[in-house]
Amino acid sequence: MSKRFIASAALALAIASPAAADIKVGVLHSLSGTMAISETTLKDTMLMLIEQQNAKGGLLGQKLVPVVVDPASDWPLFAEKARELLTVEKVDVMFGCWTSVSRKSVLPVIEELNGLLFYPVQYEGEESSKNVFYTGAAPNQQAIPATDYFLEELGVEKFALLGTDYVYPRTTNRILEAYLKSKGIAESDIFVNYTPFGHSDWSKIVADVVALGADGKKVGVISTINGDANIGFYKELAAAGVSADDIPVVAFSVGEEELSGLDTSNLVGHLAAWNYFQSADTPINAEFIKAWKAYAGEKRVTNDPMEAHVIGFEMWVKAVEKAGSAEVDKVREAMYGLEVPNLTGGTARMLPNHHLTKPVLIGEIRADGQFDIISQTEPVPGDAWTDFLPESAVLESDWKDLNCGMYNTETKTCVQLKSNY
Amino acid sequence: MSRKPFILRNPSVLVFLLALAAFTAAVTLMSEAFGAGLISTSFVKTLGKTLCLCLIAVAMDLVWGYCGILSLGHFAFFGLGGYMIGMWLMYARTEEIVLAASAAEAIPPTAQELSDAIAVQIFGVVGGSELPPVWSFAHSLPLQLLLVLLLPGLFALVFGWLAFRSRVTGVYLSILTQAGTLALSLWLFQNDSGLRGNNGLSGLQNIPGLDDVPQAVVSVWLLWASALALGGFYLLAAWTVSGKFGSVIRGIRDDEARVRFLGYSVEGYKLFVFTLTAMIAAIAGALYYPQAGIVNPAEVAPIASIYLAVWVAIGGRGKLWGAVIGAAAVSLLSSWFTGGQAPSIPLGFYTVVWVDWWQVLLGLGFVAITLFAPNGVAGLIERIFVREAK
Amino acid sequence: MRLLIGLLALVAGLVALPERGAAQTTAQGILQQYGDDVAKGSRKGSEPAIAALRDSGLPAAAVVLEKWLERDLWRRNADGLFVYVAPAGDEMKLIDIDTGAEVGAAPKGDLTQLRPSGGVRPMIAAALVAFRLIDPDPEKRRAALDAIARDAEKDHLPALRAAMAKEKDPALAAMMDRLARILAIRFGDSDAERIAAIESFAGDTALDARAALNPLVATTRGAAASLPDAANLKRELELGDDLTEDEAWALLVEAGIAPPRISGADKRAALGAHIVDGRAGGVPVPELSDPAARDRAYAALAAAGAAPPTVTDAEARAILEANVYFERWQEPSAAVAEAADDALGAIETRVTLLQAFDLLLDALSLGSIYFLAAIGLAITFGVMRVINMAHGEFIMMGAYTGYVVQLFISDYTVSILVALPLAFAVTFLAGVALERLVIRWLYKRPLETLLATFGISIALQQIFKNIFGTQARPLTAPGWLDGAWVLNDIVGISWIRIAIFVMAAVFLVAFLFVMKRTRLGLEVRAVTQNPSMAASMGIDPDRINMLTFGLGSGIAGVAGVAIGLYAKVTSELGQDYIVQSFMTVVVGGVGSIWGAVAGAGLVGLLQKIIEYFNPSNTLAAQTYMILFVILFIQFRPKGIVALKGRAAGD
Repeated sequence: MSKRFIASAALALAIASPAAADIKVGVLHSLSGTMAISETTLKDTMLMLIEQQNAKGGLLGQKLVPVVVDPASDWPLFAEKARELLTVEKVDVMFGCWTSVSRKSVLPVIEELNGLLFYPVQYEGEESSKNVFYTGAAPNQQAIPATDYFLEELGVEKFALLGTDYVYPRTTNRILEAYLKSKGIAESDIFVNYTPFGHSDWSKIVADVVALGADGKKVGVISTINGDANIGFYKELAAAGVSADDIPVVAFSVGEEELSGLDTSNLVGHLAAWNYFQSADTPINAEFIKAWKAYAGEKRVTNDPMEAHVIGFEMWVKAVEKAGSAEVDKVREAMYGLEVPNLTGGTARMLPNHHLTKPVLIGEIRADGQFDIISQTEPVPGDAWTDFLPESAVLESDWKDLNCGMYNTETKTCVQLKSNY
Repeated sequence: MSRKPFILRNPSVLVFLLALAAFTAAVTLMSEAFGAGLISTSFVKTLGKTLCLCLIAVAMDLVWGYCGILSLGHFAFFGLGGYMIGMWLMYARTEEIVLAASAAEAIPPTAQELSDAIAVQIFGVVGGSELPPVWSFAHSLPLQLLLVLLLPGLFALVFGWLAFRSRVTGVYLSILTQAGTLALSLWLFQNDSGLRGNNGLSGLQNIPGLDDVPQAVVSVWLLWASALALGGFYLLAAWTVSGKFGSVIRGIRDDEARVRFLGYSVEGYKLFVFTLTAMIAAIAGALYYPQAGIVNPAEVAPIASIYLAVWVAIGGRGKLWGAVIGAAAVSLLSSWFTGGQAPSIPLGFYTVVWVDWWQVLLGLGFVAITLFAPNGVAGLIERIFVREAK
Repeated sequence: MRLLIGLLALVAGLVALPERGAAQTTAQGILQQYGDDVAKGSRKGSEPAIAALRDSGLPAAAVVLEKWLERDLWRRNADGLFVYVAPAGDEMKLIDIDTGAEVGAAPKGDLTQLRPSGGVRPMIAAALVAFRLIDPDPEKRRAALDAIARDAEKDHLPALRAAMAKEKDPALAAMMDRLARILAIRFGDSDAERIAAIESFAGDTALDARAALNPLVATTRGAAASLPDAANLKRELELGDDLTEDEAWALLVEAGIAPPRISGADKRAALGAHIVDGRAGGVPVPELSDPAARDRAYAALAAAGAAPPTVTDAEARAILEANVYFERWQEPSAAVAEAADDALGAIETRVTLLQAFDLLLDALSLGSIYFLAAIGLAITFGVMRVINMAHGEFIMMGAYTGYVVQLFISDYTVSILVALPLAFAVTFLAGVALERLVIRWLYKRPLETLLATFGISIALQQIFKNIFGTQARPLTAPGWLDGAWVLNDIVGISWIRIAIFVMAAVFLVAFLFVMKRTRLGLEVRAVTQNPSMAASMGIDPDRINMLTFGLGSGIAGVAGVAIGLYAKVTSELGQDYIVQSFMTVVVGGVGSIWGAVAGAGLVGLLQKIIEYFNPSNTLAAQTYMILFVILFIQFRPKGIVALKGRAAGD
């Protein structure tokens, strides 16, 4: 059923009415519908983190109380649930959203009501909200380094940008096209294709990609194909006998969770770019994986957005402690410059543009569905507005000193204080 | 022969209008903005949206319950209405921002530069920077309001003319309307269509020029508008079906061929009802989406139109108030069940969680209604009353 | 950096490091020179080490490279020593890479495995070519040829020719000959040799041949006052015909002949920088929102020398016409480029034809998938006039049956053989149950059948979601269906699609057989044409309806297994096919199996053709296909294969 309605506020109140002194943490992840598969894991991660924090004695002497709602993969419902969390439940902070459209749906509400949202997923950038901390990767923390790897390490000269037709692939590919051109790749050497969600008929597209090699240039595929569609795509690649040595594929939306639904024997050697892999060999990661398996089950895997929530939550805890209050504006100001260790080594620092510094990892798919980390950069500072599109290159986001998320450095004016939805 | 006014001949219409007015007044008095604050703003929005859904259910009842055309595409018109008003809302709001930003610049912008800047703002987030031609009228509220009516009306007119002319009826027509809806949603899904693809139009709750008015107030205003539209169109629909026109379309529903042999232009009647209801649906959509805040292609997906038919069927076809009850009850119930607030039922070996099982209950319940109560809840209620009256 | 690392190692005194660049006498020595770069695994870092090993002439070099490629080369963390390892109890035995002698043991945690990345692997393979080409193992020689094909180097040509002379295996010899000719195109000593090699590929559509030829015909454009006297000039370009004025102007700017055009943004910035007393260029600032006023103001600025002058249209025209534009080969030798151009011209025609053929195969394959999805519907909808919106869910049930069977039977071939009849049985029963419980009561109310079965559809979808979760489940095809039937580098189709096509054909034949040659078929046709007459002839219409519906549903289940094999198994799988299936049936013509065939063929072909014209947007193809079908129905309501006396409504 289309869940376009929220239930009565009175009922919502009846479910959870913790003591007034508690600090409330809203969790806004879809627990049903198409995105449930990805987002439920993040809800579990949040509940685990809150439980751990309470075991340590809570925060500022108060208990953390999670308030979980289900926006059911229905985008308008995200806005409704966010409003409910902020006005009825009066949460102090929210962790949530996965898809870009769900974030865009929530933005006007949290800006109107001055909420605080931690958004944990890699995204397309071109946005900066005073009320959102982006703990996932901006394009320059995932797409650009992966493309550099293609150019420098693999010597790829011709690019196929394949994506699902929605905002993240569209914007990412637009940035990549501009970037590749700046690197001297001719427009005719960039092939772009968009397919619908859940696409299954891949034979012609794979044939088109193979045919790109006819002019003697090394071809590489940059895939922003989302979700289920990857299964048909990789099956067809394997059937066409395309090996990673001939045409490497780097995916931005395929992680441990997605691979667990696939027979990976044919995909060995293909790549993925993230800021975190479960196979990262650090003591802190081993500890996290152990805690997660104990909490959620032995078979569960960890992935990049989970790490983003871990970092985001830890930072928020530190900021609340630093500010001595869970009040949104005080916490926000306390956030800037905070440092928290990454699970893959190094530290993540919160920048005034609400992004983190993150290392970029490139992994090769292994037969067991995990990744061999073959490249890891130093932490890269996230950039809200890309430097590779002319209209965005002049923009800067700085909520600390400039107090503006969309500052035009040419005209020295703040274009707008709210974000664009 | 003196005739009593229409409203007195149809007491049910009067009752409905009074109930609607009472409901609106009650909600206003309990709202945060104008009263006791017993109802949260988000719930006011929900109620306002429910009124819009009741309105499209009235349209659906008119075209299906009275005229016998099972259209599986009326939610597409609803979505189109939302898109049309959404374009103006986005454009006008962005224009305000751009104008404010350019006021600080040394040289005033040309009209072209202004529209370029607006385009970058609107389309920058979906990987574009140019204003597509479909946005040509977005700067003007009157034109865009006209489009709310004209575009869905034109679609319905062309589609209906082609289909009814070829005597495509019954399940064929249903499937064709469904296919048309699918085509529209696929088209909207494409970024290249110029309506921001999967993201759709967002931030629609921020009405341009009303920046200083809190959402608590805006939500009540929109609720009033929705109630007004529902009341008005209910009256129109009730009046339409009560006279000779109503008899003819009911005749078409029951036996098209006979009505045709009686000399009526069956196609003309059908086309009129189809187009009129499409326009009502579009108005409902134009009121709904500023309350929802975002309109995107998923809203137009074929499944939505099918649910619309389900609401009307459960409420009771051929009764306007049945359709309203069906839409309000089923949609509110669904959100209650799927919102995770319905209590789970532990069976010992298995716990029924309503988030997971509501759809099953709805699906099977719907089959049961179709089999055992073809006239829906309204039919059941009426049977009880009629029996008591005897 | 490297020096620093070297120094550190020296100070540590663990390995005596010779000075960089000095000749090394051991493979260990060479690797140590680049130790940390090699360990880091980057392409740039590994390149010198690989080259040094290749050129060292050391007997151990080839083995080291092989082991490195196979991930058998390890490094001791403590001192950076490169070793091979062999498991020995809990620890690893360390083996010297030069002598093969055992040099100790270490726990696995103290060692790091070198994992050459996708960038390093081809470099190692290329370095190994010289060694592998003369390896007695034919597989190694084949690997060498693959490496050459991927990353050809000039040195490979003589090595290849030398190996060719000695090659005994005819298949490998043929591969070598072909590869040698390809290399000769690029690296041949004389134009004559290269042209001869080019001509030997006349009409060859293979990807490698085209990949060798295409770079030769690449051109660049230029502009100059007069035509240059270069040897590799291709042709002169005519303004207007071959290039637009804007393109020509860009070439002129590139050649430094003309100044760049001044953009609107530049003008605005220049005006903004010269505001005096509320006026810029003599025009009051508020008026500058008018483009004409802006131009005027800028012209005034330029006249005053405060900004670079604009070029007027007339001046631009004169400059454009005063110069010539040309295209020249990037390849220095025009003769070679022209030979390649000629050869490619002939090849391209064949490639286009083959591509059309490949497109046709794709269309056939897609058509067969639609046909499989629709054939069950053609029976229930076409023959019985029952709209079954849950048809897609029956397809989904079949696919999940296949998945469940694979959980229990690990042999994929056996599991598919079990899954096919089982899926039929499961969905047959489901279909019969649906017909008995719901549809039977609604034969007189077709619109309500549609809605009731829709209720079933959402319930079934949710039930399967509750059981199997929302994540896609794998349904793996047996190994013998892996890969593709490949005619050449352009035409190819995966075996799994061929299998689906065969299955569709089998169903068609089986269906025709049942309908035309069996008692059941006779009874079904009788009930379809006139139920009451059939009943009076002793046929039980209830039973026939039940069996027909079961048959249609069962076929949907089998189709589900096939669709799951080539794509994915999710609870929403049915939704992806239901509308297309209805279209297939309606376009083809209701009530005739040949209609379903024609409908599936048309829909598949149409979709592929639209995709061909708009390759970057698959979604558009689906949209336009549906629109076409809607229009088609309006003008031909009875479909392609129209039965007599049927309108699209009754």
